Formats: sequence, C-alpha cells, structure tokens
Amino acid sequence: MADVKKARPEPKPPQMDVEAFWTAAEREELLIKECQDCGEPHFYPRMVCPHCLSDRVEWKAVSGRGEIYSYSTLMRKGQPGHTIAFVRLEEGVTLMSNIVDADPQGLSIGQPVRAVFRKLKEDGPTLPLFIPV
Amino acid sequence: MTLNGKAYIVGAYEHPTRRADDISVARLHAEVAKGALEDAGLSKSDIDGYFCAGDAPGLGATSMVEYLGLNVRHVDTTECGGSAPILHVAHAAEAIAAGRCNIALVTLAGRPRAAGASLVLKAPDPDAPDLPFELPFGPATQNLYAMVARRHMHEFGTTSEQLAWIKVAASQHAQHNPHAMLRNPVTVEEVVNSPMISDPLHRLDCCVMSDGGGAVIVARPEIAAQLRRPAVKVMGAGEAQKDGQAGQIDLTYSAAAWSGPAAFEMAGVTPGDIKYASLYDSFTITVLIQLEDLGFCIKGEGGRFVADGNLISGHGRLPFNTDGGGLCNNHPANRGGMTKIIEAVRQLRGEAASAVQVPNCDLAIASGIGGALASRHTAGTIILGRE
Ligand SMILES: [Zn+2]
Repeated sequence: MADVKKARPEPKPPQMDVEAFWTAAEREELLIKECQDCGEPHFYPRMVCPHCLSDRVEWKAVSGRGEIYSYSTLMRKGQPGHTIAFVRLEEGVTLMSNIVDADPQGLSIGQPVRAVFRKLKEDGPTLPLFIPV
Repeated sequence: MTLNGKAYIVGAYEHPTRRADDISVARLHAEVAKGALEDAGLSKSDIDGYFCAGDAPGLGATSMVEYLGLNVRHVDTTECGGSAPILHVAHAAEAIAAGRCNIALVTLAGRPRAAGASLVLKAPDPDAPDLPFELPFGPATQNLYAMVARRHMHEFGTTSEQLAWIKVAASQHAQHNPHAMLRNPVTVEEVVNSPMISDPLHRLDCCVMSDGGGAVIVARPEIAAQLRRPAVKVMGAGEAQKDGQAGQIDLTYSAAAWSGPAAFEMAGVTPGDIKYASLYDSFTITVLIQLEDLGFCIKGEGGRFVADGNLISGHGRLPFNTDGGGLCNNHPANRGGMTKIIEAVRQLRGEAASAVQVPNCDLAIASGIGGALASRHTAGTIILGRE
C-alpha cells in the first residue's frame, strides 16, 4: 500500500431508512437516533436500536457541537488534502466527518468544533462538516 | 470444544512473484495450491475441504473448486478481509475435529499491482447501511489507520520514531529474503523523513502493494504424523470483531484484545512463552496496537516495547515478521493474513532464512486485522507449536 489513491467513490444517499437525516442536513440540522425503550443514542442511524433491538428509535436533533476525537489529513502531491476526523458530539456519539476552514497543522485532539452544512460536490448531498469554534 | 491438537498445518507455500502481469487470479490460486500440496507431499485428490475468501475470483469457493477440479465435502468462504486465512485455519481445525473433512486447502491470491488497482473500493453496495455516513467524507484506507496512530500518540505519548522502529525491524529481516519487494534496511530517520501520507503516518509506515499469494494445508493429526514435513500443531484460535460500536468509538484498542486472550487460553500458554510473532502489518500502527492487545506489553507501552530493535530477530526479545512482513516483503491481494501464517510455519519448521531463524522456535503466534482499524474489522489469532 505504497501509494495514496483517490478517495473512495460515494454511495448515493438518501436511502429510504435515513432520508430524514439528509433532508435535515439541507435545513442545517444534525440528527442522531435515540431509543425510546433503552434511552441510548446511536450513530450511524438505524431502524432498530443496536443496543436493545427495539424498533422504537426516534430521530433527535442535536446541537452540532462536539470535539475532535482523532483526525488525519491525507496528503496529495505533497500538499495537504482534506482532513478526515472522528467528532465526538456533546450528546455522546462519535461520527466521521471532515474538518474544514482550518489549517490542518493547527488542529488538535479535544479541540471544540461545530457543525456546518455544505455540499462538497455540486450534485452531492449536503453534508455535516465541522469547523473549529 | 478446544481445537488444541485437533489439526496440523502440513503444507505451506508462498508464491515467489510480487508482480503478476501475465498470471490470472485463478491461476495464482492454482499455483499456490499446487505449491502447498507439493510441500506437504499430498496430491489434489487428497483434499476434501476448501477455504478461500473474497480475493478468490467469481463465486469464490464455487468457482475455485471447479477450476482446481477438487472433490470436496466441506467448503468455507468466511470473508473478513486480510485476516480471513487465519480464521480459515481455525475453521479448518473445527471442521476436521467435527469429522467434516480430513485435509483442508486454504488459498489466497491476487494481482492488484499488475491490475493497476488502487485502494478505491468498487462501486459500494447500495444497501450498505454504514457507508453513506463515511464515504462522502472521502476517507482513504491510510486515514483509517492514521487516526488510530494519532489517538495513540495523544493518549500514551507514542512517537513517530517509535512507530518507525517497526519498519526498521521488518527491513532488517527483509534483506535476507530474496523475494522481498523492499530489501534495503532503513533507519528510523529514513522512516520519519519519508513523505507524509496521512499524518502522522509516513510512506514508510505503510506496507507494500504486491501480487501473488500463498496457501496452507491443514490436516487431521493421524495424517500429519504420516507426512514427511515437520508438523505444526494448531494449539489455539480466537476471532473477534470491533466496529463503530453504535457511536461509542474507542480507537485505543483493536479486536485482537478479544481474539488474542481466547487463543492463548485455548493453547494453555502466555505471551511470555511465544518465541516468534507474525503480526499483521498493513501499517506500523497495526503492529503496535496488536502487541498491546495480544498481551506482549500493557496498553500504552507499545511504543517503548518496539523501540531499540526489540522486534529484530537475534537482537530483541520478540522477533516478528522475519520474512520482512507486509511492510517490506509481500502483501498479496492487499491481504496480509496468509503470509503471516506461512512465516510462522517456516519458523516452527526451522526453515526461515538462517540469519533470522529463531533458535529452538517451538511456539509461535499469527495474528491479523482484516477490514479497517478505525472503523470495522475482524481479528483472527492462532497459536502454533512444533511437536
Ligand atoms: Zn434501545
């Protein structure tokens, strides 16, 4: 695995189970799922709770605030490309995203971030990305 | 049911090629199968069980059983990426113990390098529930190991120099392997000064990309006893998965934290008893995490454990990947599990390169991580012994 290759192709959200997530992103709202039986949140969103298999899982709008759990910037032709991160939300779940509008050299684990909503491609979905606060 | 002593590895073969411009994937599988049979002193008609994973072409075992003209009564196509052959050896031992087969063939092969393949996935499964929440952000495989390295550095103070020692050790071994892709020993400075790929991982923290493959043959004890080659006993096995855990992500450990203890318990040995370790080395961090999770050192001490050449045969306390590993020798089909088993077999037979052969090597481990370290992966661990 000596060479950096292009990023993987994208699937085409929305899927039927999670369409609400993507339409919420278009109105700049971040959703996770929370179980009405065991009370636990989860991410990525499913139709059954991965903690207890209950189907009483409801969408929950979250603050979009969190902190960087870990991150890495992929180099392209010697220049920093996009920065992948795991962001731990205040509400307790961690999700994969990009850190944008920031010098990758200035980032650190534990740094507070907040969600912003943008398309990375003209014909792509609106995505929850994160910027340092 | 314990698998300890229920089956033996009686044949092993690593394809010598590292670039298969003119050899198809099916033919590579056939060539490694033939090599392992010749090594074992068996013939094709002796095989009654066949194991392969997602690297096999077509419909997997169904296609390869036909191509090879096998007549089997047991097949297993467990697919979990690069660790699959390690699980296959354990599953073969189970099948033998259960009377489902007597002599099992396990093959792995591929030609990503000749095919000009990138690490780009094929068009993703539109029904995959997880990928829509990951792929739009463009994670490369390298990112998914680099984020583990970054978190390890943050939690435990691990350094790039310590990770570099893992590549240094592999390169010290690879210089004695005429088939290795990278045969020149490298220094810590050369590793940390190689181009950054996905920070904090450098180019020399990454494994090679190569074509080729390998095969092993697993047999019932009574059959192993009649064969000419030194028999390698399967003593313990464990497998486990770790993933996004519903959003409760913790990158400080891998599924080897579960597969390892299970394998050691079955074998009735401890990490301190192990003379040689084959550890999956897609990246340097993969090795470091496994060393901790398998119990060779406590969590967080991996950086100090690997420093100062501690993984170099004849020098340090735990010789590892004496063929040069995936970091320097071979990572066929982007899957390192088979070559991990094969080098452990060589060590236990006393057939490793003389400069790296561990004296009186009677107990070895082979452990692998298939999938991606930071997201979802399956670990397989086997403990092997010489009679
Ligand atoms: Zn629940």
